[in-house]
Amino acid sequence: MENVQIWTYVLVGITFSVYIGIAIWSRAGSTKEFYVAGGGVSPLANGMATAADWMSAASFISMAGLISFMGYDGAVYLMGWTGGYVLLALLLAPYLRKFGKFTVPDFIGERYYSNTARIVAVLCALLVSFTYVAGQMRGVGVVFSRFLEVDINTGVVIGMVIVLFYAVLGGMKGITYTQVAQYCILIFAFMVPAIFISIQMTGNPIPQLGMGSKGTDGVYLLEKLNGLSAQLGFAEYTQGTKSVIDVFAITAALMVGTAGLPHVIVRFFTVKRVRDARKSAGLALLFIAILYTTAPAVAVFARTNLINTVSGKEYSRLPEWFSNWEKTGLLAFEDKNGDGLVHYAADPQQNELHVDRDIMVLANPEIAALPAWVIALVAAGGLAAALSTAAGLLLVISASVSHDLIKKVFNPNITEKQELIAARISAIGAVCVAGYFGINPPGFVAAVVALAFGLGAASFFPAIVLGIFYKKMNKEGAITGMVVGTSLMLFYMLKFKFGLFDGGKIAVEGLKSQWWFGISPEGFGTIAMLVNFTVSLVVNRFTKDVPENVQAMVENIRIPSGAGEATH
Amino acid sequence: MSTEKSQTKAAEKAARYWKTNLRYLAILLSIWFVVSYGAGILFRESLDTIEIGGFPLGFWFAQQGSIYVFVILIFVYVRWMNRLDSQYGFEED
Repeated sequence: MENVQIWTYVLVGITFSVYIGIAIWSRAGSTKEFYVAGGGVSPLANGMATAADWMSAASFISMAGLISFMGYDGAVYLMGWTGGYVLLALLLAPYLRKFGKFTVPDFIGERYYSNTARIVAVLCALLVSFTYVAGQMRGVGVVFSRFLEVDINTGVVIGMVIVLFYAVLGGMKGITYTQVAQYCILIFAFMVPAIFISIQMTGNPIPQLGMGSKGTDGVYLLEKLNGLSAQLGFAEYTQGTKSVIDVFAITAALMVGTAGLPHVIVRFFTVKRVRDARKSAGLALLFIAILYTTAPAVAVFARTNLINTVSGKEYSRLPEWFSNWEKTGLLAFEDKNGDGLVHYAADPQQNELHVDRDIMVLANPEIAALPAWVIALVAAGGLAAALSTAAGLLLVISASVSHDLIKKVFNPNITEKQELIAARISAIGAVCVAGYFGINPPGFVAAVVALAFGLGAASFFPAIVLGIFYKKMNKEGAITGMVVGTSLMLFYMLKFKFGLFDGGKIAVEGLKSQWWFGISPEGFGTIAMLVNFTVSLVVNRFTKDVPENVQAMVENIRIPSGAGEATH
Repeated sequence: MSTEKSQTKAAEKAARYWKTNLRYLAILLSIWFVVSYGAGILFRESLDTIEIGGFPLGFWFAQQGSIYVFVILIFVYVRWMNRLDSQYGFEED
């Protein structure tokens, strides 16, 4: 174990020095560099940066474990968090790049010729980004505490200092190039253990193929896992338990939400031309797909391994990693019937084993008895994933405040230099707020991530798509649509996720039967989005026409030539 | 008169470009919908009766296949649009 500690210090030390080195090299000298990295990022670099921006601590640490307990149902995350890029590439990125401003509220404000629309958009952007960033800072703390044996809060503070350094100094420019480095680290750290384990279990070095291969005993892995699951009383692995309509709705909400998240959209303002925006969306999805097609394989390997190693075995003779992870509380064994054997079952009365989903990725290298440096690599990868996403979100927050509120609404006469100072101060403020939430996590962090996607789907996506594809969409329609869609999403979430109107959290289970159309709060973004579209179009019919110059602007953004660079 | 004429001509050209773009989007998004929501969700159960290697086919589409198709769709779009841009002389730089 000590060997692992040393390796972890060395690898984390090296990666952090790289991030700081990049920050010093890429200091931002203008607002354009601070907000959009000067607008000259290559499609390849932007693709990697987008992938790192997108894949958070949750994708890296939790997703494979989550899928391993959900089986087929895990597809909602796999398809939901990749399919959105098709929408982004085809419906949003090229046109927003042609529009060529700095932020998403910029587009909403100008396209709907209204500061009210801009402010509504700023509020949505802040709500989504703060929700998301709190979880990331917590993730940094958790990784630190598990691998370096420091306190979670100390871990959060170390993470804050590093992010502060390169986000405040380098702005988008610093963030972009650190994200490129972070992508390389996190994908390497994810793939190495996956490949090793795939070889061990199936003899096939490609996890995506190993998942569908035969194990060492000559039985197909998925078939065996189906059998094991059924024996223990779980649903068959390839079947899942959610209803078809709910799987449909959650997948759609996550896809559309992805395309509506401001920290992802803003990455496409950093490339030079419209064609680069299209290409970098494709590259981003390719880089994301490497992890997202490996994760379900890891899920299958880890679950099979876990059941085989511990289920029905004598507790005193379990391998060493079991007691190592018991100390962290991620694994727990309670000998209910006192026979000294580990009973793992779906029935909570009989089950004696508690497994935290995060362990599926974190403990995998130990379960598969991989060398110490691989375990350390996973720590560095987890930190890279959490830091890169946190930085991207912080930039959206600081740009919303300094550019959209201060420059565009409160004080248009501010000079470039003053705006840059304001941007840096907002970034510092945002880091502190994020750190506060990281140290004192509100109990609802996990629940609100679904809300972030629901909000992205219910607020931005319809407003942007209509803004581009429907010339005659007016401000009255768009603003009403955003407000109604967002409020409806919030209402549904508060009612069915928090039980706010029915006596609190304890009521949530009982309210399930009242879900509208049988759709869970996670999937409700789809309905809220449809409501937004409908309200927008209906209000649009009965209110004033769009001014000529705005219609001309829409025609202009539909054609790539003369894109120019991102300007004020 | 002649500038007016060339203006309407430019507008017509832009409209035709946009129409072709919308057709591409319709084709690509239909495929996007069919592989994910169709094969991966709505028709999953019947596809699961077919097995490819150790994979039930519907399950494979839901956890692997649709993601591969998504990547391909974007690159096809990139190719089609670059070709369309150069046909209309709308490319940048």
